Amino acid sequence: MGNPNVGKSVIFSRLTGVNVIASNYSGTTVEYTKGYMRLGNEKVEVMDVPGTYTLEPTSKAEEVAVEMLKEGDLVIDVVDATNLERNLNLTLQLLKDGKPVVMALNLWDETRHTGISIDVDKLEQILGVPVVPTCAITGEGIKELVSELPFAKTNTYEYEEEKRWEKVGEIVSQVQKITHRHHTFLERLEDVSIRPITGIPLALITLYLVFNIIRFVGEGLIGYIFEPIFESFWAPLMMRLSNLLGNQGFIHDVLIGKLVEGQIDFVESLGLLTTGLFVPFAMVLPYVFAFYLVLSFLEDSGYLPRLAVLVDNLMHRFGLHGLSIIPMMLGLGCNVPGAMATRVLETRRERFIAATMMAIAVPCMAQIAMIVGLIGRYGTGGLGAVFGTLFIVWIAIGIILNRVLKGESPEIFVEIPPYRFPYPTALLKKLLMRTKSFLREAVPYVLFGVFVVNILYSLGIIQLIGRITAPIITGILGLPQDAVGALIVGFLRKDVAVGMLLPLGLNLSQLVVASVVLTMYFPCVATFAVLIKELGTKDMLKATLIMIASALIVGGILNLIL
Amino acid sequence: MEKVDLIQLKEGESGVVVNIQGGYGLVRRLDSLGIRVGKKVTKVSSQFMRGPITLRVGNSHLALGFGMARKIFVRVVK
Repeated sequence: MGNPNVGKSVIFSRLTGVNVIASNYSGTTVEYTKGYMRLGNEKVEVMDVPGTYTLEPTSKAEEVAVEMLKEGDLVIDVVDATNLERNLNLTLQLLKDGKPVVMALNLWDETRHTGISIDVDKLEQILGVPVVPTCAITGEGIKELVSELPFAKTNTYEYEEEKRWEKVGEIVSQVQKITHRHHTFLERLEDVSIRPITGIPLALITLYLVFNIIRFVGEGLIGYIFEPIFESFWAPLMMRLSNLLGNQGFIHDVLIGKLVEGQIDFVESLGLLTTGLFVPFAMVLPYVFAFYLVLSFLEDSGYLPRLAVLVDNLMHRFGLHGLSIIPMMLGLGCNVPGAMATRVLETRRERFIAATMMAIAVPCMAQIAMIVGLIGRYGTGGLGAVFGTLFIVWIAIGIILNRVLKGESPEIFVEIPPYRFPYPTALLKKLLMRTKSFLREAVPYVLFGVFVVNILYSLGIIQLIGRITAPIITGILGLPQDAVGALIVGFLRKDVAVGMLLPLGLNLSQLVVASVVLTMYFPCVATFAVLIKELGTKDMLKATLIMIASALIVGGILNLIL
Repeated sequence: MEKVDLIQLKEGESGVVVNIQGGYGLVRRLDSLGIRVGKKVTKVSSQFMRGPITLRVGNSHLALGFGMARKIFVRVVK
């Protein structure tokens, strides 16, 4: 347990070896994670819970934390040593709760250069529970923390509820000394990035850099590593297999796919071993990797909450506040964590608006990569049309939902963390974790999607649905009947679905319509499942209707004007 | 002694909180992040068009919305 952004998740990872995502902003952890560690000869369960400032929760994530407290037998109270006063407020409440407590005085390394010195022995004496200084990110103090766990004590520290702060003040004045120091470069940067006159240009520069780094890294990986591997190594191998299978037949088509002019085309062939591998590895993975590299850096530096402050005004037009930019940013990587991150918002209404906006108008990186691969070859105009449309839709959906739904929007109230230089090992670990989880979740679905397409085509089901839905697909959206196949597969994986547009021989405006509709009409199955859990079935049904209706309206309008 | 709300407080100025004009919920939320009567806060920045302001309280920085900031009154300290 502990305040938000004090390093609970990092300590958890150190104790259990279970990797969880940790970042430098409040509310990274919105759910509990369980792991196990050895304590003497026993195997004990350890739980990582979201941060909270008090035991009286104000958001869904905090509710999770308070709920989980009941299940624990021993509490590791993680405390930010540079913010002793506010953190002790929660500590006193925890002590009163009556569970045995050990305190980890984390971020200990930062007290040195912030001019704070804390008398650990004295603090231990006053609170009556073990106190261990730690620096979780480097692992310092973790061993000592583990060895103190058996000595955790229950201590109903006596105080009156109204005088809690007074008590905290007393303790702080006894154990902490602050010496004067000069402002550091990072602290100056903090001020610069939050003042609108300097902060807004800085945010634009950051966005520009982010965009270009992702493009540079993504294109670099594709052009110099993945495409050469597939073209010069995998293609000949697959051609040999294709010849072995007689260049045609059901098995051949499932594994290798249809040959295009006697050759394998990694995008169009639609075989499990060709398109099924090429799409996730050579088209999507490089961009996912590049995106998470940049996102992880932004998260660990502490920039995101500052961005939230700068965009707060805009988000209020949608009935949200600035913090909802965080689910949107995460959603650009993958809509699943994006949907989870809506838990940092206070009200049900906000969560509904944010989740619906994201599910409709924020394409995930896998889909973006495919759209870039598909439409990028016609120049940037088409890409501009797709992403420009989505941005307008994002704003429009937000404004409309804010008007239609009753209720007010709460205001932003959040702690702004200090800037920190991302710790390279931690950053790398997080990047690998996310990349691995992408591969683990994406590859099976892509393969399954490609497989389903083959089956549905050979059974003639896609052609049948195509004829039935022709009035919508062709009439409203101006797409060929076969495009319905992409819409069906889009439910499984949006990246494969975008890829399926290629063999249809669409012109540029049809590609733009199809890409926009594929983004909007429905979330992929993984996101859909999470959204049902987060919003409830009834609200998800509402959101789904909004998605389908808006996809048809926007697709229809695009078809008319392009 | 000058008493102003956090919107009127100028950037870079500090004040001691004397009064929070809000219900129990607001007072409790502010309290949990360390803003309470008697506490010294320093205004760091404000945004255009009734945007949120940022404060330094103790060793931490907080951002809070315009409406909240308007309900918190401080006595300016030079």
